[in-house]
Amino acid sequence: MIEKAKILDQAALNRALMRIAHEILERNKGTGDLCLVGIRTRGAYLARRLGDCIRRIENEDVPVGALDITLYRDDLTLIASQPLVHKTEINFDINDKNLVLVDDVLYTGRTVRAALDALIDFGRPKSIQLAVLIDRGHRELPLRADYAGKNIPTADTETVEVKLVECDGKDEVIIAAKDTN
Amino acid sequence: MEWTRKHLLGLEELDRQEVELILATADSFKEVSTRAIKKVPALRGQTVVNLFYEPSTRTRVSFEVAAKRLSADVINIAVETSSVKKGESLIDTGRNIQALRADIIVLRHGCSGAARLLSRHLDISVVNAGDGWHEHPTQALLDIFTIKEKLGRIEGVGVAIVGDIAHSRVARSNIWGLSKLGAKVTVCAPKMLIPAAIEELGVRVTHDIDDALKGADAVNVLRMQFERDENRAFPSQLEYFKKYGITQERLEGLKNNFLVMHPGPLNRGIEISSEVADGANSVILEQVTNGIAVRMAVLFLVSRAKEKDETTH
Repeated sequence: MIEKAKILDQAALNRALMRIAHEILERNKGTGDLCLVGIRTRGAYLARRLGDCIRRIENEDVPVGALDITLYRDDLTLIASQPLVHKTEINFDINDKNLVLVDDVLYTGRTVRAALDALIDFGRPKSIQLAVLIDRGHRELPLRADYAGKNIPTADTETVEVKLVECDGKDEVIIAAKDTN
Repeated sequence: MEWTRKHLLGLEELDRQEVELILATADSFKEVSTRAIKKVPALRGQTVVNLFYEPSTRTRVSFEVAAKRLSADVINIAVETSSVKKGESLIDTGRNIQALRADIIVLRHGCSGAARLLSRHLDISVVNAGDGWHEHPTQALLDIFTIKEKLGRIEGVGVAIVGDIAHSRVARSNIWGLSKLGAKVTVCAPKMLIPAAIEELGVRVTHDIDDALKGADAVNVLRMQFERDENRAFPSQLEYFKKYGITQERLEGLKNNFLVMHPGPLNRGIEISSEVADGANSVILEQVTNGIAVRMAVLFLVSRAKEKDETTH
């Protein structure tokens, strides 16, 4: 991978999350019936951070869960290497909640499709909204984000790498070119 | 760590990382059974055939529930109602099942090595659900999973296995699996029920039940199969209970969180007292629950490995 550009540094990433938190609260008129579910791995960390932002704004806790979508992927039979199955932890009732699904990058939309299938097995939320840190385009399914930290036009030959302190040791988002050698 | 085995035939051939991967995957699958809708689409469109040459309710049902929670289609073949009665060989039966385009055969057979034999003749996955006196890998995996869940580790844990060690595939698989993960295993039984040279597997042997339990963290009580005991290895059931039965008295002085396990079905009053089986130390029913998650993990892993084989050829 060859790094082409840094899209967000730590401060910009935090500002984006804080703005998304404000937008979520504005649209849902506060924290009542609100819950956050992040898609593992990085979406789950981002959901927790959004929960922290919401607490700072409203002084209220919202339930935060983590979803592993490995078993719902539509490309399980195609991918060469076997994905590890991680734990899904949604320790609250999602029925009649306004659920905000959180992921790091919105690209083809297939991950979100899998996550929606998984969520429906947990109950029937009043609404499901989608929050992503980066929307990079190239959708293959009719899906859109309700909240986006940043819209970045990308080429298919590029990748967007989101790095978070929790798993990568630092906060940043970069665009890289796929190494063709 | 990536899973590459198309079959699960036993724990002897697995390395430590492979056993740990199954346990970790099972840990993730456990949550599925707590959902309102207890199903994930991971094996949708795949067919799992339970081929059972020996009577079994709990293992067969456990595999069936596990496969169904992965959205697989399940066919149960019990030999009493099959063409095996008409003399069809195991390999022919397996080839016919493969010709039906099934994806995984779960095999229970009275002959040691049956699962391996079948796996050599088929392209589809074979999971050993117990072969003769040889191995019963998923039972041992669920036992180990339960110990790890309850005590937080396997390394250094003392496990006593009590009962007919000589004829027990559950004991053998447990010894392999536990030893690989660093547990200290003691086997305890009357002399004639201890196989020769068992020490070579790295276990301690004792004929004194209190000695076996002392210092241990868990006991796995095997079922005494008096209905199969043609050689009368032990004079009477009452005699066995007196010398080897797990009673509340025998648990006194042991660790507070001491675990009592049993693969089932229970012979109350023969190898275990009702008081212990239903008591605070018993995790017997939790073993049954964990068995689903472990078997889901095994079916998922072998089915994925197969996909990989096909794409690399």
